[in-house]
This record gives sequence, C-alpha cells and structure tokens, in this order.
Amino acid sequence: MITIKDLHASVEGNQILNGLTLEVKPGEVHAIMGPNGSGKSTLANVLAGREDYEIDGGEVTFNGQDLLEMGPEDRAREGLFLAFQYPVEIPGVSNVNFLKTAVNEIREYRGEEKMDAMEFLAYIREKMKLVEMDEKFLSRSVNEGFSGGEKKRNEIFQMAVLEPKLAVMDETDSGLDIDALKIVANGVNKMRGQDRSFIVITHYQRLLNYIVPDVVHVLVDGKIVESGDKDLALRLEAQGYDWVKGEQAAATV
Amino acid sequence: MSKLNYDEIRDWYVSNFNTFENNLNGSLDVPFHKVRKSAIAKFEELGFPARRHEEWKYTNITPLLKEKLPLAGKSDRFSAADLAAYTFEGLEKNLLVFVNGQYSKELSNYKNTVDGVIIENLASALKNHSDLIADSLSQYANYDDEAFVALNTAYANDGLFIYVPDNAEVEAPLHLLHLSDSNDGAFFSNTRHLIVAGKNSRLKVVESHHGIGDAICFNNFVSEVVVMDNARVDHVKLQDEHSAAYHIYNLQAHQEKESVYSLVNIDIGGKLTRNNLNVALKAEHCEGHLIGFYMGSKKQHIDNHTAIDHAMPNCYSNEIYKGILGGKASGVFNGKIFVREDAQKTNAYQDNKALLLSDDAKVNTKPQLEIFADDVKCSHGATVGQLDEEAIFYLRSRGIPKEKAQSMMQYAFASDVFEYIPIESVREKIDHTIFERFKTL
Repeated sequence: MITIKDLHASVEGNQILNGLTLEVKPGEVHAIMGPNGSGKSTLANVLAGREDYEIDGGEVTFNGQDLLEMGPEDRAREGLFLAFQYPVEIPGVSNVNFLKTAVNEIREYRGEEKMDAMEFLAYIREKMKLVEMDEKFLSRSVNEGFSGGEKKRNEIFQMAVLEPKLAVMDETDSGLDIDALKIVANGVNKMRGQDRSFIVITHYQRLLNYIVPDVVHVLVDGKIVESGDKDLALRLEAQGYDWVKGEQAAATV
Repeated sequence: MSKLNYDEIRDWYVSNFNTFENNLNGSLDVPFHKVRKSAIAKFEELGFPARRHEEWKYTNITPLLKEKLPLAGKSDRFSAADLAAYTFEGLEKNLLVFVNGQYSKELSNYKNTVDGVIIENLASALKNHSDLIADSLSQYANYDDEAFVALNTAYANDGLFIYVPDNAEVEAPLHLLHLSDSNDGAFFSNTRHLIVAGKNSRLKVVESHHGIGDAICFNNFVSEVVVMDNARVDHVKLQDEHSAAYHIYNLQAHQEKESVYSLVNIDIGGKLTRNNLNVALKAEHCEGHLIGFYMGSKKQHIDNHTAIDHAMPNCYSNEIYKGILGGKASGVFNGKIFVREDAQKTNAYQDNKALLLSDDAKVNTKPQLEIFADDVKCSHGATVGQLDEEAIFYLRSRGIPKEKAQSMMQYAFASDVFEYIPIESVREKIDHTIFERFKTL
C-alpha cells in the first residue's frame, strides 16, 4: 500500500523527520506512538501534502506511485485520507456541498459518473449511520461551531464517505470522551477490510483497545526506534517513552 | 491629444451643452429645462473633483479627463437575440432596454397591466407627464456639491420614469437593461431614472449594466427613488460593464413613514466604478438596507460611497458590504451613517469586509458614523483579510482541486450577500456568474 523510505522532512528549518522508514501492506492497521515532538503529526501532514513542510530526502511510494510528487488533491483522489488532528472550520460552506463536491471530484478523476443530488443524499445517509451522525448536521457549515468530539466524528464520517485506500488518523482520539471514542473506533472497525489500510497516530494506548493494530511503531526524534505487536503499546503505556529512549541511547553507544 | 487640465475639460462639457440644447428640439419648453440650465451653471462652478477633494481621495478620474468625449450616439449592434445573455428567467417580458443611455423601444419588451402605473422612458415622460415629473425630478438628488449629478441633471434626456400610485402593486419585477457600445468611439452618456412608489405600493426593480467596445464609455447615472408611506421598493443593481467603462452612479433614495427600501448593489465589471448611494430615512419607522458585493481583478477600481441619513426616530438601517480583490485591483468603501438629533431609538448596523487575494490588491475602508442623538443603537465593523490557507488545504486534502477550493472559499465569504436578492432567478444567475468569475481573479 505505502512504502516510506528514509524520509527526512523539516519545517521552518527545523529537522523533524530523520530517516523514517515504514511499510504498510493492504489491509493492515499500523499504530504510530511517540512522545510529544517526536514527529507524529509531521508524518501525517507530509503524507497529506501540506506545503509548509520541506522534504529533505527519502521517498514515499503509494500504490506504486511517487506520493511526494502529487498535490494534496491528487493524493486524496488516489485514495489517501488524512483525519486531521485539528479539523478546520469553514464558515459558509455546508457539509453537504463540501462532501458532494469532494465525492464528485474524486469520481471524475477515476473516470466514474458524477452522482446527482438524489443519489448522493441516499449514499450519504447510509454513511451517516456509521458514525451515528444527525441529519441536521448536513446543512451546517463545515465544522463551524462543532464541539471537539463532533469535529473528530466528522473526520471519520468524511472518511466513510470518501472510502480511501489508506487512512491516516492524526490523534483522532485526543479530546474525545469514552462514548465518542467508541463511536469513532466502531466506525473505523466497520471500514477495515483487506484492501484498506490505516495508520493510526496516537499519543495514548487507549484508542488501541478499540482499534486493535496489527503493528505498533514507536517514533522518537523523527525515526521509528521500535516496532512490535499490540503488546508494545501496552508496555509503552506501563513504562513510558523513557524506556525506549533509554534503549535507543544504549544501542548508539 | 495633449494632456488636458481640469479647467479645459470642464469648459468642454460646459460649452458642449449648447450643442445638446440645440438637439433637444421640442423639449426646450418643458419646465425641466430651467433645471438643466441651473445644473450646468453649477457644474461650471464645481468642475470635476480632483484627488484633493476629501470624497475623491482614493479615486482618480484623470484617465477620464484626457479626451473631450462627445455625447453618446446610437448603436444598432445589439439585436433581440443578443439579449438572451443579459436577461433573467421570468423577467424577459418586463424588459426595458437602454443603449448608450437612450431608451430602445425595439429591444424592450414590456406591457403595463396595472391601472394607474406609469412606466415610460424619460424623454417622452418629460412631455407626457411633465407635472408629475416636476414634483420629483431633481428634487432629491442634490447637485449643489456633486459635479456628476450636476452634469447628469444638465444632460440627461432619457432614462426611465416609474410611477406607482398609492396602493398599487407591480407584481412582476422590472428589468432595466443598460447596454453600452463604444465600437464607434469613446462617448459620454447620461441616464436618469426616477422611481416614485406611492403610499402602500410595492415594486421590484432590477437594473443591469453591460457593454462592448474598446473605447472609453463614460456612463454617468443618477437615480432618484421616492418611497412613500408604508411602500416597499426592492432594488437590485448589477454592474458588469466591459473593461472600457467608467461607471459613475449617484442614487438618492427618499423614504417616508414605515417604508422599506432595499438595494443590493453588485459590481463585478467596468474599469472604474464610483457609486454614491444615499438613503434618507425622512420619517419614523423606516427600514433601509444597503447591501453590496464587489469583485475586481487586473487594474479595476471600485469605489462605494454610501450614506444613510437617520433624520427621524425609530428607523432601522442595515448595511453589509463585501469585496474580493485580486491582481492590482483597488477598492474603496466609505460608509457614512448620520443620526440626527431627532433620530432617537435609531438602530443602525454596518459591516464591511474585504478579501485581498494578491499582494498588489488594496482596499481603503472607512466607516464614518456621526451621531447626534443619545438613545441609539449603532454598530459597525470593518475587516480586511486573506483566504484561509488552512481551509484551502483542508478542502484539497478531500480531493477538491486548488482552484475550486479557492472559489468555494470566496463564495463562502460572499454568499450571504446574495441571499438578499429577492428574486430567485436573478439571485441564481448572479450567484452562478460570480462563482464562475472567481476563477479569473
């Protein structure tokens, strides 16, 4: 699905990613954990194509294509989705208009027929059930006046509507209470399948009780320093990040 | 042609008035002719406003004063088939067309069906309804300190006279279509509209402005709108002139007791636009709306000077202006609100916002509130900003291309203004035109 090789990236002259390497195969769920400032969100933003980030080296291949050469819209059309850590409020643009435009742009790119208003409404209603979204929400402006939890739910709803091949979730669990967390996790689990992969970025192990990962990676100083199965997340939770940092320090001596 | 100075060009417009008079033929004996003569004398005294004039600080009209422009001539370039591009669905049968400032009977398509209503071009109405016109024409738009109003008052011999008697309702909105054609050379045109809405009457007027040709069109408009007790006039103005047009428009609305006047003013064309939009709330419980949107690119200049005069108590005014400028375009918004000593319990709201899409685009914005009463509610806000890059990235990350994402954001910024357009087909067409035009910014 996606292969990241020796990726180096910086923002405003500060090197954040220092040779990150990662491969995610179709159908796999990878969790990336790490302390604050380790480069988790930078990875998410670099994958989505945010322009403030400078790529200093390495390569990213997404379904056989050079991801870093593509603009953000083309990455989305090729099937990449970023669930934002801080979803943006867009006053004046309704959710329904926003999603219909997005869906039809993607369909057009893939050579599929555009959906008309009726088809789209039927389609979107189905997806709303997935994250227990209220219909009233469709006519509201994108994220405007939404609570933190509603915004995150909206991200998962968009994910469900756009049906990506690879979803990158950037701290989707932050700011969610336990009920919202369950709804979000449930939505993600229903979308899991052998053709769809997930990169779940999180600071805490809690989310991984509900979205059980195939692989857990630990990101420290812009590099993956440890990979393992889901038990690695539990160990991190119990022992903290100092444990991996210490091990890394020992290894470099 | 050598560079002319303000005095020389002023003298040209003054001396040309004799030629104009000679061509008026039978109209010299109408009572209004005396007003014309006094107006040209006033214009001679005032001259064209220079940049040092406080109200013209940011709008430079010198390009207009480089040539001695002759009065507009006739044009046969527009055919009925051409009009489809300019008309609105459902309003094709209420169409009154003006070409280079002159009413075109051939292109117009209108039949009055309401008793007592007069809808007639000014040139003939000046003869046929001279008494009715004398009561109102030039009674509201003061030319004492407005050179362009003085010039229009002197020269205008056509436009539209709309008279709606008490208790009448003109159900179908009227469409006043103004076309300019400067293919035969530069010109100077004056159009004058007079709208009188009697007590308890209802009227909707949509005017639109378009043109063709490369030579300068100096289009100088004055409209007077009188809204009597408990009447309601909805007015929409779309200025989408061609890039050689200088569009100068003075509006004077006069409101009587419990009346409502609403103007939605949209400027998306022309080389230079100057609107002086004045609304006088002259009796209690009036409601006035001045809503506007402007958009410019390249070196377009759009200047809106608005003034709402709260002369009497218990009136409400609502003003919203939004602009989007790209390229090297410039904009001016000057919003005056006067609250006179008698105008207690006034409720006045003003908001103006501008979006600048390039480093070279600029806007000068100045809310100007002068309040002489002590029990009033007035609020105003002014902001100048840029497109939210975060939001654009968000839209792109969902597969929406950059250009469309920008258009969506611009539309989101502007769209609440269009909601004020009270006629659905007009709203939809303007809405669509503007959305498509965003790409060119």
